[in-house]
Amino acid sequence: MKNFKIAWRNLWRKPWRTIITSGSIFFGVIFTALMTSMQYGSYDSMIDNVVKFYSGYMQIFTEKYYENKTINNTFKLNDSILEIVRTTPEITQYTSRLEYFTLASSEELTRGAMVIGIEPESENRVTNLKKWVNEGHYLNKGDKGVLVAIDLAKYLHIGIGDSLVLYGQGFHGVMAAGIYPVKGILKFPSPELNKQFIYMDLTTAQTFFSAPDRLSSFVLMVEDHYHLTAAMNQLRKKIKAPFTVMSWDELQPELVSMIEADKAGGVFMKAILYMIITFGIFGTILMMISERKRELGVMIAIGMQRHKLGIILFIETLLMGLLGALSGLLASIPLVYYFFKNPIPLTGDAAKTMIEMGIEPYMYFSMHPKVFYTQAIIVFIITMVIALFPIYKAFTLKLISALRA
Amino acid sequence: MNVIEIKDLVKIYNSSEVQVKAVNGITVNFEEGEFTAVVGPSGSGKTTFLNMLGGLDRPTSGSVRIGGTEVWDLSSRKLIDFRMNNIGFVFQSYNLIPVLTAGENVEFIMHLQGRPKKERTERTKEMLEAMGIGDRIKSRPAKLSGGQQQRVAVARALASKPEFILADEPTANLDSHSTSELLELMSKMNKKYNTTFIFATHDQRVMDKARRIITIEDGKILSDEKFKR
Repeated sequence: MKNFKIAWRNLWRKPWRTIITSGSIFFGVIFTALMTSMQYGSYDSMIDNVVKFYSGYMQIFTEKYYENKTINNTFKLNDSILEIVRTTPEITQYTSRLEYFTLASSEELTRGAMVIGIEPESENRVTNLKKWVNEGHYLNKGDKGVLVAIDLAKYLHIGIGDSLVLYGQGFHGVMAAGIYPVKGILKFPSPELNKQFIYMDLTTAQTFFSAPDRLSSFVLMVEDHYHLTAAMNQLRKKIKAPFTVMSWDELQPELVSMIEADKAGGVFMKAILYMIITFGIFGTILMMISERKRELGVMIAIGMQRHKLGIILFIETLLMGLLGALSGLLASIPLVYYFFKNPIPLTGDAAKTMIEMGIEPYMYFSMHPKVFYTQAIIVFIITMVIALFPIYKAFTLKLISALRA
Repeated sequence: MNVIEIKDLVKIYNSSEVQVKAVNGITVNFEEGEFTAVVGPSGSGKTTFLNMLGGLDRPTSGSVRIGGTEVWDLSSRKLIDFRMNNIGFVFQSYNLIPVLTAGENVEFIMHLQGRPKKERTERTKEMLEAMGIGDRIKSRPAKLSGGQQQRVAVARALASKPEFILADEPTANLDSHSTSELLELMSKMNKKYNTTFIFATHDQRVMDKARRIITIEDGKILSDEKFKR
């Protein structure tokens, strides 16, 4: 306790110096917490948008379907898979899909399109598809009409109530052909999707492809991606071949690469900030030791073992680091919370690009505990490493030259 | 009885061009309860001699035996403990720990010795009262005058119940009034606790109080005189 008392008092010998050093740590922690929060927030938002837009957090399909996405590799959903999904507590929503390419024709024009058979109610719960209906109405269960993406509809010169002819290959080479009324026009934020998507009721699609009860994928949702690992672990244990379960990051490796690249950039920025913090603390420690050289010499001369002196200096450094880190941490919580509640709207080209990618044009912030404790741990480690220097100095201090200092 | 036995003590400093013999073969003994001044001009080697005697500076050759222990045969760790338990230091610039109060400075060394709290508290009070600054027990060094700080330093040196006290120019920074008071108190402590005091000094007032004066010049003992005072 005596060591702690001396260390604490030493810290306040030159209050301004301690305040400035702790202040640099304080602001460093706030900046890094804000930056990390912004990164995590934007990743959360990207992931959320991607999974809620189409892929879901996880999908179950056959191993063969993953290798070759043909209608022949679709599967029938059995009770055991349904039971596994229902008994996995992390799973909040699920929906079935049957999708395959076909030709879509109007009176004079034809274009390739992706037909997606959906369960209208559950699909809307998972992907909020209804909100993209630009004209007409959303689908009902058993509906015979279709929803056509806006650019495809424009290309084919069709509108609400017009007939759309679909023509393609069904299950096991059966010819798939049908004529369907356009019930709604969908306008997605992504131009790619607007060119090719046609949605119809699942049963109608199964009839069209002559694939009764068959699905191409079973889409599963969890609360957020932080719950994904637990859900995946459970599903992977229970779901056996020929079925397989994949998470959004396995289904969207390009998004994962994008996030990883962005993370690397963030690491670089944070490394610079941490380096500033490191040099701030280290400079103070160097000055402190140099100023107190004689005092340290006297302490050893009168009988203080070098390791005990090292402990005092170690505690001093640690206290200075913790003071800045903890106060920075406490101050960053309300600040990050404010931005979490009030995301920053983006404008200009950045906003346009994000809208095109189907992502809301906001800079989101995350309140995940990791945002905060990571900074505290990193600053703590930095401080611990720097604190080794005074210990080293205590052990190597030349007594006579210290006493003459 | 000899408390300190010094034999053929040599300290050579090697600079880039020349070798300097700061202490050149000193042999001398100190007895219990002595009040000795080591005097000599600047650069005569008295401080170096005191530092080797106090286990602070390793001699080039020779022996320092304190209470039967060959000081320079001890490991670095044991040497620190030996200093703590056997030698009290009083420095020219007081060298109190600035963040501790007068009382805590005195208590600090007993804390290092692992003495019980009650004993520490009582002895701290006793030492500071004996030095006439019992009322400044809670004052930090910055709030004390030079004379008061040096009295705290003496109290600190005595607190650990050492075999002897080494005082390097203890009065150099003090005015004449403070010097007289301090010397009076040190002399009183010397008699009361029978603790050996060895001073390195230029100060005539210290020499006037000393019962033995060792004069050093060019690292050698020039004279060694004893007085009855």
